[in-house]
Amino acid sequence: MLLQINEPGATPAPHANDQGAAVGIDLGTTNSVVAIATDGQATVLRDEAGHGLIPSVVAYGADGTILVGREARRELLDNPETVVSSIKRLMGRGVADVKSLAGTLPFELDVAADGGMVRLKVSGRTLTPVEVSADILRAVKARAEAVLGKTVDRAVVTVPAYFDDGARSATKDAARLAGLAVLRLVNEPTAAALAYGLDNQSEGLYAVYDLGGGTFDISILRMEKGVFQVRATGGDAALGGDDFDHAIAESFLAERAVTFGDVAITSSEAKQALATGRMAKECLSSSTWGEWVIELDGKTSRHRLELAAFEAMAAPFVERTIAICRAVLVDAGVGIEDIKGVVLVGGSTRVPLVRRRVAEFFGREPLANINPDEVVAVGAALQAEALTAGSDTLLLDVTPLSLGIETMGGIVEKVIPRNTPIPVAMAQEFTTYQDGQDAMLIHVVQGEREMVDQCRSLARFVLSGIPAMAAGAARIRVTFAVDADGLLTVSAKETTTEVEQAVSVKPSYGLTDDEMATMLRDSLEHAEEDMTARLLVEAKVEAERSALAVKAALAVDADLLSTAEQAVINRALDDVERTVKDGDRDAVLAAAAALETGTKVFAERRMDRGIRQALAGMTVENLGKSLGDGTK
Amino acid sequence: MSGAIVPCWSCKGPISPRALFCSTCGAVQPPGVIDHFGRLGLRRSFAIDPADLDRQYFGLQRRLHPDRFATRSAKERALSQQQATAINEAYETLKDPLKRAAYLLRLAGRVVDIDQAGTVDDPALLMEAMEMREALADATTLAELNELMATAEAAVGDCHEALAQAFVDDDLDGAGKLTTRLKYLGKMIDETRSRKVGMTRQGL
Ligand SMILES: [Zn+2]
Repeated sequence: MLLQINEPGATPAPHANDQGAAVGIDLGTTNSVVAIATDGQATVLRDEAGHGLIPSVVAYGADGTILVGREARRELLDNPETVVSSIKRLMGRGVADVKSLAGTLPFELDVAADGGMVRLKVSGRTLTPVEVSADILRAVKARAEAVLGKTVDRAVVTVPAYFDDGARSATKDAARLAGLAVLRLVNEPTAAALAYGLDNQSEGLYAVYDLGGGTFDISILRMEKGVFQVRATGGDAALGGDDFDHAIAESFLAERAVTFGDVAITSSEAKQALATGRMAKECLSSSTWGEWVIELDGKTSRHRLELAAFEAMAAPFVERTIAICRAVLVDAGVGIEDIKGVVLVGGSTRVPLVRRRVAEFFGREPLANINPDEVVAVGAALQAEALTAGSDTLLLDVTPLSLGIETMGGIVEKVIPRNTPIPVAMAQEFTTYQDGQDAMLIHVVQGEREMVDQCRSLARFVLSGIPAMAAGAARIRVTFAVDADGLLTVSAKETTTEVEQAVSVKPSYGLTDDEMATMLRDSLEHAEEDMTARLLVEAKVEAERSALAVKAALAVDADLLSTAEQAVINRALDDVERTVKDGDRDAVLAAAAALETGTKVFAERRMDRGIRQALAGMTVENLGKSLGDGTK
Repeated sequence: MSGAIVPCWSCKGPISPRALFCSTCGAVQPPGVIDHFGRLGLRRSFAIDPADLDRQYFGLQRRLHPDRFATRSAKERALSQQQATAINEAYETLKDPLKRAAYLLRLAGRVVDIDQAGTVDDPALLMEAMEMREALADATTLAELNELMATAEAAVGDCHEALAQAFVDDDLDGAGKLTTRLKYLGKMIDETRSRKVGMTRQGL
């Protein structure tokens, strides 16, 4: 039985008065990148000096100034206590999660806050990771607008595949605060695969090897009929190219110690040695040897480093990444011979030793012709274009982690298993355990473990207004819905009385709607204008849609109207078009409402005609076909 | 007869309750109440061609997934999410033979709980499960595990064929027993696989 669908009408149509440009953003731990795609070609948006990378670093001045990127990184030398970096590690994390990280992070945490979201103390301010990320995204948006010369208000933003619901919502909230509507959150490895056009290639398994400055991630993706699925991920949050710099710097300092004796060095001297180590590493990505000069405390030393010696220093770190790759493959039940392609992501994959070992391990040359620092943003930009201009490929995602609820004894009952295609909705029935009980607490967790305390707490929901009944008599059906971005919403209904339950959400580590609203008001300069503009756009889109619907109806059933009646409807249509062009929101809403009332009789006559035709003896099948039924 | 007609939410004209899009104005419609087979345009049967299922599923998602409505009105975006959710649910149920069998039984008014470990009153199945469990406990080499795996997979294949016939013959009692057997075989395969993974890891 074949399926026939009439006129999908779902290819997104560009609006004449449309919003601004849509970009792809890689919001990274160390650097962020923004790109835009036109006709399937992505371009990274660079500053005047040609830099594509925007360091994910924010400096908060005592006078209220906020610097982002290179300028903020410069502050690291003079006022390191005002600078926040690596904020991505804290997205969606709770105070308890980061207790162990305290001391290892380059900024002070507000440990006084009990429970809830982490807050940092910088230059007398208390900031959430969402606000810091929003500051980075504002700079990214400003960069894009400067290069493109027009407003940028929509974006595809990438997130690590292992990000849970809390970290994903935090990312989306940050974008909203920065004045960006998130078209879609896309997993970083998926974006990298999209950048290489793997969605157009034969089906199979692909590995994405991502070695950044301070983190390593390996993901196994499965491509099947336009569906990218993250099959397995693994990594080490404290392993990266910075380790290579450290190893070189240490060896140079050891050489100096031989010449000048063992002198204690200050932290700024150590930073200088590290910078030299980084330079040496970058140079040895294209040369076989080099010589570097370190001048500390008026004493100059020269250091020659051969590629082979550098590779001997880097090898233990590279071998650790390979061991992690091996473990992830075993976990996924995948053999090396099953991998059809390997994609390299992250600046540290420029080191020739890394490429060589990855090629050896997977038995094939990795894909590396797109700049590994920019490949994720390129994929995100392609997806942003696909979403706004239409595309043949479709990115179907799955839930990265299982979603469950706490039951008696702290055991997790899985409601939505991991790797379920999204969007998805699943319902679960609950009952009361006391006579007359009118409220119920539901604890939602995310993770693969059996016990609640081994999973991440996502939110606590209070169902209130349950009709008073005997214990066990009420049947409350709770529906958990995960949208295409992997974000959860919950609704509930008492099924014997059909009473809709109020669900109040308390995200464990995210922001409540109230907090979000306050933040939007407080931190967004043009919050009000921004909100007004958004509401106006939404009203216009809706009014245009109903005008088009009425025109389509007139094209088919205009004979049901007298000339005078048609003239009235045409006037209402003109009013809608005029207000969409230059009216405010109230005018648009009023014109749309007038069109709705003005076409009521027309709609009734159309329904009557439809029913009359049905009664006039058309068979159900024929009727179905003429009415756009999905089956044949 | 008029039950076969509902108004389109957008242009208010008459459409079939099963229409995905309005034939007049093109607006996406809410997912109708329809069984999973109907939703994916397939005949109600246990034997389905996985390629057919995939083709129908991806074809529908291509038209109805929220990504196709990213620039559309809020109402259309919400409806597309409902449609995509319903299509995913149908696909997930029909793709897995065990879920498909349980769903067919449910459509026929029989309840088979494939998630919970229920009591088994079929002596033949009890015996088979016990023997497999013993064989798995005794297996010490990868070769033995591979052999067990092959046996269980062959049994699953037989089970699928028998289920298809049972549904054709409308033999619901037989189908119920076979569904329970399929559930046990699946569990054995899972356990054998995790033993294999454990053995491979030690060798690393
Ligand atoms: Zn319509």
